[in-house]
Amino acid sequence: MSAEQRLVRPELPAARVLVRGARVLDPREGLDDALDVRVRDGVIAEIAPAGTLEPGDGEDAIDAGASQLLAPAFFDPHVHLRTPGQEHKEDIASGTLAAAAGGFAGVIAMPNTAPVLDSAPLLRSVRDAAAREAHVAVGFLPAITVGLQGEALTEMAELREEGALGFTDDGKPVRSAGVLRKALQYQRLCGGVIALHEEDPALSRGGAMNEGEVSAALGIAGIPTLAESTMVARDAAIAGYEDARVHFQHLSCAASVEAVALAKERGVRASAEVTPHHLLLTDEAVRGLDTSMKMHPPLTRESDRAALVQALRDGTIDCVATDHAPHARDEKEVPFEQAPMGTTGLETAFAALYTELVLPGVIELGILVERLTAGAELFGLRGPRIAEGAPADLTLIDLDAGYLAGESGWRSRSQNCCFAGRELRGRVLLTIAAGGLAHRERSGALAGA
Amino acid sequence: MKHLLSIEELDRAAIERIVSQAERFSEVSDREIKTVPALRNRMVLNLFYEASTRTRGSFELAAKRLSADVVNFTASGSSVEKGESLKDTVLTLSAHKPDAIVLRTPWAGAAALVSQWCAAAIVNAGDGKHEHPTQALLDVYTLRRRLGAIDGASIWIVGDVAHSRVARSDVLAFQKMGARVTLAGPPTLIPREIEALGCEVRYTLDELPSADVVYALRMQNERMEETWVPSVREYAAWYQINAQRLRPEQILMHPGPVNRGVELSGEVADSPQAIITAQVEAGVVVRMAVLYELLAPNRTGLEPGPVPAEGRTPESGTDDLAPAGARGAGVGEGQPA
Repeated sequence: MSAEQRLVRPELPAARVLVRGARVLDPREGLDDALDVRVRDGVIAEIAPAGTLEPGDGEDAIDAGASQLLAPAFFDPHVHLRTPGQEHKEDIASGTLAAAAGGFAGVIAMPNTAPVLDSAPLLRSVRDAAAREAHVAVGFLPAITVGLQGEALTEMAELREEGALGFTDDGKPVRSAGVLRKALQYQRLCGGVIALHEEDPALSRGGAMNEGEVSAALGIAGIPTLAESTMVARDAAIAGYEDARVHFQHLSCAASVEAVALAKERGVRASAEVTPHHLLLTDEAVRGLDTSMKMHPPLTRESDRAALVQALRDGTIDCVATDHAPHARDEKEVPFEQAPMGTTGLETAFAALYTELVLPGVIELGILVERLTAGAELFGLRGPRIAEGAPADLTLIDLDAGYLAGESGWRSRSQNCCFAGRELRGRVLLTIAAGGLAHRERSGALAGA
Repeated sequence: MKHLLSIEELDRAAIERIVSQAERFSEVSDREIKTVPALRNRMVLNLFYEASTRTRGSFELAAKRLSADVVNFTASGSSVEKGESLKDTVLTLSAHKPDAIVLRTPWAGAAALVSQWCAAAIVNAGDGKHEHPTQALLDVYTLRRRLGAIDGASIWIVGDVAHSRVARSDVLAFQKMGARVTLAGPPTLIPREIEALGCEVRYTLDELPSADVVYALRMQNERMEETWVPSVREYAAWYQINAQRLRPEQILMHPGPVNRGVELSGEVADSPQAIITAQVEAGVVVRMAVLYELLAPNRTGLEPGPVPAEGRTPESGTDDLAPAGARGAGVGEGQPA
């Protein structure tokens, strides 16, 4: 099975769109110009200087402007679509609608569903469901160990034949170094990136938030950042020894960044992701005990946040992943210590990062776009590009549009978003996924510019 | 004041107002008829998700002495055991229109959360390991009676700080009242960065003699099982407050119940330096003051003063603090328990 076949692509009506005069930005292609871009038959048919292309018959012409960004659509290597078993939180349709609304044309779903995605028949059934229901491309990472129990390896080779992009026990660490080593050895047979949720349960057990000043004041058991960073260091060493390909999920602290930097320097085949919430929020946000601020790993302190931003800039961290983790309202409407961990993130990722990091000049827009799209190539997939003949994976964003996050509702079935109510800039107007129209802003904002 | 959720949200003036009101109520406690009609026809609902005899009993007694109706609702044997959520329980009980809900839960922030869900005044009677504000108020009350003023006093809080809501509320309350607070205990039971509250931290009792007040925390047996400390014996050897460690002029406090031979030796627990019984006694009048602060009709002003006359009902006589005994409403009489 080819890498591209591992991604289930949505069957959407083919978009026939001409976007005129937008700021077309693709750092990989070295593009940053006012251009006209025509999409037809699933591909980018034509790219020409602004104002030179005329709409053809039946083509939807969008007159954009300098404040509207046309970028390669984003790719999120870490989402929870909650199918099967937890469809009251999210399903493939609602989760991928949320992705499209956030400018994403592809996502990778995690296996901590009910039942756990740990067998080939189950993988086949969720891939079939994705083919029917998804609005963007979906890949799956089945579990490394049966039932996420950290003991027996899943039938990784069979799972790969059935379309596994890679493997993860996300939500839980592979606690045993011996089990992880076997999985990494087995990777030589079956391939597939092994993505790691890093946490030493002996250090994190009982904790509900980051350990520090805020947890001390609230009397809530803290999780030291050490619980993550020691496991990153351990697993980088094992991966180096086995020459395995690993991906570190949702890094949350400076010490983990250092461990990843050291591993990369030593030639370990490692990559890493970071979430918008860890880039933008700290454990100060937990003082009010808002359960939307309860995530796993927890929000950390300002020095950790700053280190994560720097690592995203300099490439130590390769990509942004939302860890979109929907939970039903009544599940989150409980005391903080009782609440499940996780925040939704697909619909706010770009706008939150653009508003808080790009507008103040902390990160360049080109770097942000690169980091929001890099996840695909990390998992062996073709990265989205703006080039004639390339598959059309595009997003059009009005960079000037200001709004309050969530004010017009959510596409996700759940509302537990840590950015809800924040003033954001940057509204996704259009997302084209695999040549099909995945999202179109309904407010009429498209007429502007 | 609409709710009492934490000491953190109180300023010194609010603490002094409640404590002064408690002093006025303490006169009532010395009378033969201890009940006053101040909260007649008001309903106080005790909602306890954790076992508690003394705090709940103290609130119940306080409410009854103010002539309020009291309903007790405990988590065990109720719908809570059938999986009802905190929110649903509160909404259901709110149908009875309680004027105040006294809430104890094992979860930080639960009282603040509940205050957003219903119209009743919420009194936090302990939320997880976060706060226990009425305990801190009664500790301030007791200490102020003993010392006159707390300003400048050095107070050591000794023991399992990590699992103690009393410690957090006391640190904040004592400091707001002008004291200097030191936390001491095994390093495994002192939360990292707790100094951010403004207190100091020590891991031995070497400097204990510098304290004016020694406040010992209860060492719970289950903490031993979780190996926070190697053994009760080793804990007692290093942190027990006993006659060798306690100077005669130091005041000894404890939130109860005491583990004799663990955090306190029997002799200091029974010594005149210990004001543990006074703390228990203070619990009722301080909780009366809290309920009065939250529920008495048309309370005005920040200064402690005479009970305002507006709240009188025809049968309440000329003074809210007048005994209600004329109507035969003794403590607890006719009240649902």
